[in-house]
Amino acid sequence: MSAALLGWSVLAAQVMLAVAMCCAALRLLWGPRAQDRVLALDTFYVNAAMLLLVFGIRTGTNHYFEVALLITLLGFVATAALSKFLMRGEVIE
Amino acid sequence: MNYAADLPLWVALPVALLLLVGAGLGLTGSIGLLRLRSFYDRVHAPTLGTTLGIGCILLASMLFFSVVQTRFVLHEILILVFMVVTTPVTLMLLARAALHRDRAEQSPEVPPPLQPRQGAASATPTVSPPAAPSAASEESSSA
Repeated sequence: MSAALLGWSVLAAQVMLAVAMCCAALRLLWGPRAQDRVLALDTFYVNAAMLLLVFGIRTGTNHYFEVALLITLLGFVATAALSKFLMRGEVIE
Repeated sequence: MNYAADLPLWVALPVALLLLVGAGLGLTGSIGLLRLRSFYDRVHAPTLGTTLGIGCILLASMLFFSVVQTRFVLHEILILVFMVVTTPVTLMLLARAALHRDRAEQSPEVPPPLQPRQGAASATPTVSPPAAPSAASEESSSA
């Protein structure tokens, strides 16, 4: 009972997060300007971290957590650097 | 998922509910990112997923692993604290960069930058760069 409930909810969450990543990828492709693409990339990173956490619950291992932590760290650095680039024209002054 | 067969129902039910709520919030934020019109509308939408969505999924993960491993597994708080701290910073940086770019192109959908006080005193709303008189004064002072 609980295994079936957990399995189906994990599957539904994975499908929803995959659709969310597709939406972010479409905005990344269509985005009329550069700031739209940066925002879409940030959303893409966060959705990927959530999907990896759900994978971790599905497989029952702790390794996916570390990958999710790395993705959130790299997503913050990437978005901050890209915003700085859009603001000033260079990353490190 | 045979390890979850002996999981009690009072754990499986909140874990499933939190997973569905978190993934649904992430999906809502991404659909908003895809469907809203201007950039300043779109900035608001993904914050649903980046705060409450990932919070729900991290709570589900903490509850699940704490029961499966029969000890407190709390290292997901790292991701939660990190996301809560960094999301406003990155989105404010991005919104300021977008505002700067739109003002530099004199886009009609954003207000112009605030004029300095002596510029506001003169009745003519000039859009001349305010750096010109200071540069001239610097030239005269250095000359």
